[in-house]
Amino acid sequence: MTNTTKTQPGGDVRLAGISKTYGSFTAVHPLDLTIPQGSFFALLGASGCGKTTTLRMIAGLEEPSGGTVHLGDQDVTALPPYKRPVNTVFQSYALFPHLDIFENVAFGLRRRGIKSVKKQVEEMLDLVQLGEQARKKPHQLSGGQQQRVAVARALINHPKVLLLDEPLGALDLKLRRQMQLELKRIQTEVGITFVHVTHDQEEAMTMADRVAVMNAGRVEQLGAPADLYENPQTTFVANFLGTSNLIQAEVDSRSGDDVVVRAAGDKLLLPASRCAVPAQAGGKVLVGVRPEKVGLTHADEAGSIPEGRNRITGRIGNSSFIGVSTQYVVDCAACPDFEVYAQNIDRDARLVPGADVVLHWNPAHTFGLDAAQDIDAGVAEGEAA
Amino acid sequence: MAFVNWFKRNLVVIAGLLTLAYLLLPNVIVTVFSFNKPNGRFNYEWQKFSTDAWKDPCGVAGLCGSLSLSLQIALWATLGATALGTAIAFALVRYRFRARGAINSLIFLPMAMPEVVMAASLLTLFLNMGAQLGFWTILIAHIMFCLSFVVTAVKARVMSMDPKLEQAAQDLYAGPFQTFVRVTLPIAAPGIAAGALLAFALSFDDFIITNFNAGSTVTFPMFVWGSAQRGTPVQINVVGTAMFVIAVLFVLASMAIGNRRNRRKA
Amino acid sequence: MSTLTEAPPPLTPPAPETKKPPRKRGRWTPYWLLLPGILWLVVFFAAPMIYQASTSVQTGSLEEGYKVTWHFATYWDALSEYWPQFLRSVAYAASATVLCLVLGYPLAYLIAFRAGRWRNLIMILVIAPFFTSFLIRTLAWKTILADGGPVVGALNTLHVLDVTSWLGWTAGDRVLATPLAVVCGLTYNFLPFMILPLYTSLERIDGRLHEAARDLYAKPSTVFRKVTFPLSMPGVVSGTLLTFIPATGDYVNASLLGSADTGMIGNVIQSQFLRVLDYPTAAALSFILMAAILAMVTVYIRKSGTEDLV
Repeated sequence: MTNTTKTQPGGDVRLAGISKTYGSFTAVHPLDLTIPQGSFFALLGASGCGKTTTLRMIAGLEEPSGGTVHLGDQDVTALPPYKRPVNTVFQSYALFPHLDIFENVAFGLRRRGIKSVKKQVEEMLDLVQLGEQARKKPHQLSGGQQQRVAVARALINHPKVLLLDEPLGALDLKLRRQMQLELKRIQTEVGITFVHVTHDQEEAMTMADRVAVMNAGRVEQLGAPADLYENPQTTFVANFLGTSNLIQAEVDSRSGDDVVVRAAGDKLLLPASRCAVPAQAGGKVLVGVRPEKVGLTHADEAGSIPEGRNRITGRIGNSSFIGVSTQYVVDCAACPDFEVYAQNIDRDARLVPGADVVLHWNPAHTFGLDAAQDIDAGVAEGEAA
Repeated sequence: MAFVNWFKRNLVVIAGLLTLAYLLLPNVIVTVFSFNKPNGRFNYEWQKFSTDAWKDPCGVAGLCGSLSLSLQIALWATLGATALGTAIAFALVRYRFRARGAINSLIFLPMAMPEVVMAASLLTLFLNMGAQLGFWTILIAHIMFCLSFVVTAVKARVMSMDPKLEQAAQDLYAGPFQTFVRVTLPIAAPGIAAGALLAFALSFDDFIITNFNAGSTVTFPMFVWGSAQRGTPVQINVVGTAMFVIAVLFVLASMAIGNRRNRRKA
Repeated sequence: MSTLTEAPPPLTPPAPETKKPPRKRGRWTPYWLLLPGILWLVVFFAAPMIYQASTSVQTGSLEEGYKVTWHFATYWDALSEYWPQFLRSVAYAASATVLCLVLGYPLAYLIAFRAGRWRNLIMILVIAPFFTSFLIRTLAWKTILADGGPVVGALNTLHVLDVTSWLGWTAGDRVLATPLAVVCGLTYNFLPFMILPLYTSLERIDGRLHEAARDLYAKPSTVFRKVTFPLSMPGVVSGTLLTFIPATGDYVNASLLGSADTGMIGNVIQSQFLRVLDYPTAAALSFILMAAILAMVTVYIRKSGTEDLV
């Protein structure tokens, strides 16, 4: 399997100025994107953000309103889907209901005029552990099995790129986790470029080498999962990927490599290198920090907090125990609903709703964003996803 | 009291079965009277048991001729209406085009029009054109009124088809023609078959429109109509009974095959 | 590696309109698919209607030919001469439709909710009569309703015929050749057209709705009135239309089971066209019938608020 399915270098997928409009609605704004050969690439965004349209333009199922699609050196923009060396795993699978599993998997080979398909199909069915089910009809399989048939049906053609359109959306949580690992394993084994569309940020981060976060027909940010999480460039990414506490602040001064900002009387430090906008004294900036980076100390113990950490005072509004951690919502002057995730190691019994607390964190974990954006962008989408 | 309660609970079942009896009673009569040996020309009163008519179904002048003509017309009309209607149904579901509303009304109206109106107006057209009434005018009329029913049946099926299936076929190297033959057609087949069966039944059994546009050609329903005036041969009942039995057997057989296939696959 | 530039405006104005990918040829596909069938309907359905409308205002005779003279008096003459047949058609068709609904609803309900494993068999029995020519089956009613037969005998003994005679539905000891026989035949012939749409809309009703209604303190009769029946309205509407329209134009039942006194408008149109050969009058009658039915159907659909029938 490993060596038979290794494709010849297919080259990168290059989208140049590609766009899609339906009447007056723009689904995808002109977009330049290069997907490196052999990578596991995720297009992440809420429904209606243009990620599926982008995928379908690569597949040839949607005609771009402008721009070009290249596979390696080949311009495939004008090629219909059945002439592109690209295969798709469809959302809800689109298995042919009138054909059995064997014939579903053999479909692409047969259409390309290959006569002896038996050996290849059987190998492929074994790879996805469905050898026994070859003569069943799709509706007789479980959701997870159908999903694997869909993958087998696409992979057997050794495409240069495999496109996956929300392939795990119809599975329950446990099976989804299992299939995430399974797909990742297959991708590593065959070495084909995978382009994976999903609205599930955890799924994208678990599986992909690189993630493009899309919003309203544009790519908001592109990068490795950890990079996106730690260094969001926009409020949308900060809120859509995980949770961020965003504080409106005013730039005070510069101190070495750090920017000093003021937020409702508190002085905070922000590494200049992690500020997405140029910081000028008197300018506005959004200061952000992730909930798990923040320490929570009862006001009576404030003296025990080490020097040099950013501090904000507040009062606990709400707390919920969720096993590995306790999540607090703290009411601060600078930020009305400041979230803190504290690991349940040594729980301070005084940290209950109504208690006065000090929030503190290492300034190196602070990031700065352009204050001109909507501070809540991506919050609702992130919750829905 | 227990009986009253039982009666109340099963009232709807009893009423439904009575209606079913009302629906089937004429078929029983038709069957029973196919074994009658009537006195005189009309077969309305029971005289005595006989299998004469079953032994010689074509024994009445013109009956089997009209039957074979009706079968031919029904076959061609089914073919024509199914081909034209399937094409329209696909266009309606799968494509966007101008004048959709007008086309929808044009398809709906023949179903909402009393047959006698369509029959009369078509006859005016044929008379104005000086067309020779006969096989071809009947066929034209039958395709016309079957068309809308085929469109409705096929449309329902195509609408419930996932367009992703065709996209998947294209993604798997099937060109437009291959996609249509390998995926679209097999999945739409039950709808097309339903439309075709309906067209066949409608065409075979049509009397009013045929009566207006047949000229001197005689289809089977017209033969029955004529014999109702002149005298009803027992052979009519034989044909009616045979048709009923064949239809029921056909449906039962196809159901049994479907059942067995499902059991084997499961 | 990956590059991302955020939507730079294209330097040259985009001119993709001129060199569209070749797959755009699909734009004409729907018209090619529609063309043959729609042409058929235009030539053999729509055009004849217009021909007929023009025939109705022509004058002349068979020997000398007809000319359009805008002779609208034909309509007036036709209406004043044949209004009883028009009225009868509507009355018979309406009675048959109501009877179909009353008889068909329990059967549709039975198939949808109570039939269990008998469902398919009963469905087949409802549809199978279609495969025997309806003329043969209608003739069978002559036997069933024959004078002195068991049905008439029973009705006589129960004094039902006295009531129906008094109402003018039957005459003396006869059922055959009376309005009752015609309505009975119409009901019989169009009953499946009522049952099938009723069944379709009943079958779509989620069984849990009945349970929810019962849970919320509804008696069985209330469940039917407040939940089942309202939800089956689409079936009721299309069933009544599928019954009423063809019944109004029918002349087969009136000819076979009725008498000269039960003639419907279809009988008149048929004899004007095929026997009297008075084409303008026949065309005018047919046009009036069409207009009347379209008007009634439109009002009915508006009133019942179900406009998506097909």
